[in-house]
Amino acid sequence: MSEDISRPEITRELSSSEEFGVIQQKLTIFEQLFNQVWLRKVVILILIAATWELYGRHLDNQLLVPTFSDTVIALWGGLKSGVLIDRAATSIQVLLIGFGVGVALAALLTILAITTRVGTDFLETVTAMFSPLPAIALLPLALIWFGLGIGSLVFVMVHSVLWPLALNTHAGFRAVSPTLRMVGRNYGLSGLGLVLKILIPAAFPSILAGLKIGWAFAWRTLIAAELVFGVASGKGGLGWYIFESKNQLDIPEVFAGLLTIIMIGLLVENVIFRTIENRTVRRWGMQH
Amino acid sequence: MLDHTLPPPLLDVRGVTLQYKTREHLVTATYRVDFSVQRSDRFVLLGPSGCGKSTLLKAVGGYIAPVEGEIHLKGTKITRPGPDRMMVFQEFDQLLPWKTVRQNVMFALETSGKLRGKAADDKAMQNIEKVHLTRFADAYPHTLSGGMKQRVAIARGMAMEPDILLMDEPFAALDALTRQRMQDELLALWDETKFTVLFVTHSIAEAVKIGNRILLLSPHPGQVKAEMNSVARDADPAHAAALEARIHDMLFADRVEEDEHV
Repeated sequence: MSEDISRPEITRELSSSEEFGVIQQKLTIFEQLFNQVWLRKVVILILIAATWELYGRHLDNQLLVPTFSDTVIALWGGLKSGVLIDRAATSIQVLLIGFGVGVALAALLTILAITTRVGTDFLETVTAMFSPLPAIALLPLALIWFGLGIGSLVFVMVHSVLWPLALNTHAGFRAVSPTLRMVGRNYGLSGLGLVLKILIPAAFPSILAGLKIGWAFAWRTLIAAELVFGVASGKGGLGWYIFESKNQLDIPEVFAGLLTIIMIGLLVENVIFRTIENRTVRRWGMQH
Repeated sequence: MLDHTLPPPLLDVRGVTLQYKTREHLVTATYRVDFSVQRSDRFVLLGPSGCGKSTLLKAVGGYIAPVEGEIHLKGTKITRPGPDRMMVFQEFDQLLPWKTVRQNVMFALETSGKLRGKAADDKAMQNIEKVHLTRFADAYPHTLSGGMKQRVAIARGMAMEPDILLMDEPFAALDALTRQRMQDELLALWDETKFTVLFVTHSIAEAVKIGNRILLLSPHPGQVKAEMNSVARDADPAHAAALEARIHDMLFADRVEEDEHV
């Protein structure tokens, strides 16, 4: 019976602040450096490059695995002569066209899908059908339809951008809270106005994720397509550069081409998309 | 007798039956509900969960069309949502996360075509000041506490100067202390501008405190059980307690009978 046991009330004086020792103290330089993500990643990159260099030297066979330094020299040579830059520019140009068309089509499809019920069914059906289909598998058909040119490349890239982007965007739209939709309608918004001013910003994290996936798919598809049929309208891209270098047994150049692809990918991911993310979804607290 | 002195009501709800469909059922949320709200009323819809009070508020908001009966605002039939009836929701996600506090209020003013540019900015800041959030005007909603978010939603609603402010359990998701403070602040704001508010709650104490007129709804489907005046705000707390007890008995009278039938 707790009522029988009488317990005294307790009030205590708080300790004065001098007695705490540490309230807030700066971390040591090493701890601060170790907390920098970029620094940790740079260290990892250096380790990979060093391992590569050591293995290359140990193997001593440039036709199988050229050393890191040989690759860098080939890369530098390619950049200096302008060949690599030229090839990369050709690839990126084609990529941007394909990406742009894909984004436009995805926007059209998803807006149709959220404004009409038939549109939803249509989108769900076609994405389910085409999404598992690798873009490269369409290349033979594209070559028959559009010939050996940019047309075929754009066709396969649209295929690789459209479905993941449409799928993500549509999922994002559907995940917008009913409250936010009601808020938008409260202001008198409806139809396209509601889509543009409420749904697109509210679904922006999903849309951005879709754009990232679409970009990565398109980039891979393009390089693969270039490797298969090479020159489009007289100008080759990075895939063609790799293919050509392999045929001439310039293996360091092959590696330099691969390195260029990786670097462009990293640049887009870590600079362009990261900047967009920091200025939008992160700032808005919609993604952490 | 009193009816002769009353002006035509601001909001008139006549014989409103509301139904909504779930996947398997057609549910009647309210059955032939009548009430009318006068200008500067603090009209409270009170009832247990399942009495259709939120659905009723959404119908006044224009989100749901009645299957029977009509709702008129200033003599015009309500058919769709519009900025003359601003909603304040219970959910904290009612602010647009991609806009700052100030932009959220401005966006409402500009999108509805009420004000533009500088005028909208000034109006927004005035109302943000009224809810004591001037310091947070340029903060994004995710950095605010729940109570602060609700204050922004109230500022946004008031800035629009709607004919009627519709509040759907706006304080229900707040902790008890914050809720009490928000209720006091809402009453203080009402003292300033005497806006008309239709307030939904399931808390008897909140209804008695906030409202000047209380509509009691029974559950499944919601029907009007009583419409009563609340006590004056400066009245003896004992009066409020007595009213609360009376409402409690009215609301839960059936409950006992229901239980007995089981």
